Amino acid sequence: MANSYKIIDHTYDAVVIGAGGSGLRATLGMSAAGLKSACISKVFPTRSHTVSAQGGISAALGNSGDGDNWQYHMYDTIKGSDWLGDQDAIEYMCRNAVPSVIELEHLGVPFSRTEKGEIYQRRFGGHMVKFGESMAQRACAAADRTGHAILHTLYQQSLKHKAEFFVEYFALDLLMDESGVCRGVIALNLEDGTLNRFRAHMVVIATGGCGRTFLSCTSAHTCTGDGGAMTLRAGLPLQDMEFIQFHPTGIYGSGCLITEGVRGEGGYLTNSNGERFMEKYAPNAKDLASRDVVSRSIALEVNAGRGVGEERDHAYLHIEHLDPNVIASRLPGISESAKIFAGVDVSKEPIPVIPTVHYNMGGIPTNYKGEVISPKGSDTERVVPGLMSIGEASCVSVHGANRLGTNSLLDLVVFGRSAALRAAEIVEPGASHPVLPDHITEKIIDDFDGLRNMKGSIKVGQLRKRLQKINQTYCGVFRVKDNLEKGLLETEKVNSAFADISLSDSSLIWNTELIELMELRNLIQQSLVTFSSALARKESRGGHTRDDYPNRDDDNWMKHTVSWLGEKGDKVRLDYRPVHMYTMTDEVEVVPPKPRVY
Amino acid sequence: MADFQLPKGSRVVRGEFFKAPDGAKKIRKVKIYRWSPQFPDKNPSLDTFEIDEHSCGPMVLDVLISIKDEIDSTLSFRRSCREGVCGSCSMNIDGTNTLACTKAVSDIDGDITIYPLPHMPVIKDLVPDLSHAYAQYASIHPYLKNESTPLSSKERLQSIEDRSKLDGLWECILCFCCTTSCPSYWWNGDRYLGPAILLQASRWIEDSRDDATGERLDHLQDPFRLYRCHTIMNCTNTCPKGLNPAKAIAEIKKKIQMRRG
Repeated sequence: MANSYKIIDHTYDAVVIGAGGSGLRATLGMSAAGLKSACISKVFPTRSHTVSAQGGISAALGNSGDGDNWQYHMYDTIKGSDWLGDQDAIEYMCRNAVPSVIELEHLGVPFSRTEKGEIYQRRFGGHMVKFGESMAQRACAAADRTGHAILHTLYQQSLKHKAEFFVEYFALDLLMDESGVCRGVIALNLEDGTLNRFRAHMVVIATGGCGRTFLSCTSAHTCTGDGGAMTLRAGLPLQDMEFIQFHPTGIYGSGCLITEGVRGEGGYLTNSNGERFMEKYAPNAKDLASRDVVSRSIALEVNAGRGVGEERDHAYLHIEHLDPNVIASRLPGISESAKIFAGVDVSKEPIPVIPTVHYNMGGIPTNYKGEVISPKGSDTERVVPGLMSIGEASCVSVHGANRLGTNSLLDLVVFGRSAALRAAEIVEPGASHPVLPDHITEKIIDDFDGLRNMKGSIKVGQLRKRLQKINQTYCGVFRVKDNLEKGLLETEKVNSAFADISLSDSSLIWNTELIELMELRNLIQQSLVTFSSALARKESRGGHTRDDYPNRDDDNWMKHTVSWLGEKGDKVRLDYRPVHMYTMTDEVEVVPPKPRVY
Repeated sequence: MADFQLPKGSRVVRGEFFKAPDGAKKIRKVKIYRWSPQFPDKNPSLDTFEIDEHSCGPMVLDVLISIKDEIDSTLSFRRSCREGVCGSCSMNIDGTNTLACTKAVSDIDGDITIYPLPHMPVIKDLVPDLSHAYAQYASIHPYLKNESTPLSSKERLQSIEDRSKLDGLWECILCFCCTTSCPSYWWNGDRYLGPAILLQASRWIEDSRDDATGERLDHLQDPFRLYRCHTIMNCTNTCPKGLNPAKAIAEIKKKIQMRRG
């Protein structure tokens, strides 16, 4: 089979898969360090999902005079993570937040400004000063299009530094040798249908999350977690996949995001009685409690019959009371989205919102240098040579069980940079590539050929919808054993049904049916480990809430879930590794677990 | 009289017809441009799909996805964010360049006709080749050029007023709806930069942090790169983000005029 495909070979020191915020930052850093680097992306870089980030990027600049510092930021992140975050990595991220944001400004990001001409910062959920005492203004914002501003700037810098791109190339699988070293990746060029073999001393997976396992999500259509599934197929684990963040304010119906920055600027939620119900659930932070808390509160209000709308199944988000100038200058993007997708004029009426799948806290386990971890026996920190992962695809873990708003954009640039620094340390520029045994490539191409020639009876889109409905129904804000068991069983059925798919497009050029088929398999594989991980975790922590185990159980469950998919792609194996309850330096103390109150 | 003929194989012919599913409640005809490099000798065609409006979402992108999922899976188009910020799904809908994800079906009367962005080489169906436009983007050096090295621990300062000069410029999503609506770009796209790229050029000219205004204006002061703009205004009329490339181009022309004294 392998002989019938034309393969084009490339050799690089480093190859980055994905051209969102983290992939671009890593590519820039690696090129600047003298490594011959390439960035492969299935979409043109500025189409990556980073572009949709709205509210801001966190850094304790203290531009509003709130006395903020990175230690408060670190404390908030640990508390937000519900003590599942690795504290050394969290220290690394928060310590590097201020220089990273300053660097972005120097690169040209058009941040909004204060009267003094400094970067404008707004309030955000779970951002507080003095270890939870009062609200901080930590989210550095470019209106409500901060992701757009950062992604475009990083792409522009890539043009300046003449980084090499392979745009509209879809990565199929990692080239893993017998000794477990990653030696490169194979990708399909959509434009001419050729297969491309990239050999590299370092492969960096920056492919984002898998929000599209759900029917309703804020994620782009392209968020299919391709890198996560490639990792599973390489016999490597994913970590903490049960932790999926529901953003409290997705637009009812379409699922499009309405930033938390809306509440940071003074917006608030109400139920069908017109009550500002968040005062009840989070007396101190109110509407600016952590996302998991606000999402659960909305769901509780709806379950208690206090939802709004015809079906009484969602809530209202108000900004009618805000100064129209504030709305025009700081929230223009969501005003447009609310108009287009909910038919609402935000200056006159509330936006209908509902908790919507938004972010995967879980992903490919890594250390804070970006190196991929594959625990074996007692070695829970074992590094996979030649492989890194950054951004939403990875699980460092700085977000633990629940990510704080604006920490995702920060995660991208901080760990994109750290991965580049680490690669520069361990990769020798221009080093020769050892011979790659043919059977490694052949296995991937045989698999690809099998997919191309599927002649069953189901369409890709139909099976995808079935999978998305399963996740939506059985893996929601509140979970319970019976539902998770049903969800797992149904996902296993979808996995079996995959063999019965029929592909009608036999071409190789821009065959998006084939791409969607491969994306669907990626989604199924990640759903399998997600359901298995969620079923096993008998506690409630951050984004994982079990009706049957309503409390956090630090004695038994303050540990990361690690999940493998068996060789046949159907059986899931679980194990656990400890949370890093230590910091990177002795300049800051470990924050021991305590009850999480906002 | 001169005898004009279209090049061989370029005439769009009538394509396949896909009848509405049984029990459809609200039928709408969607006509879509099709061409595949798999059959290079075949003319492009206009396929007609009857869809049930009740069973798909409100936007044209929802319709396209539902056709791909349920009727003809070979249909190819780009899409990603589905909320009007990534710029992937730009195409010509009902005679206007726009984003399929923010164009409501209810805003279109009668049949929905969908073509790829005009005057760009077509790779397949609704997927145009944008590589020339991307290369033009790189040609204007769309990044901050600054002589001074800023303090490593502090941001550069920029007043609210100076920052506001970027509003209406930096939000461009590079969908190229404007560029491909411009007749002048249709004729001279090889050398004329077109409205999207000129809007971006203006974004850097207006940035108070950038020191290369003179160099940028020098680069644009050219009969083709800038001055093929004849103020036709299609760009501004069609921009799905409500931006005004025509005004940005006028500002550049004004700046060049001003520096002549």
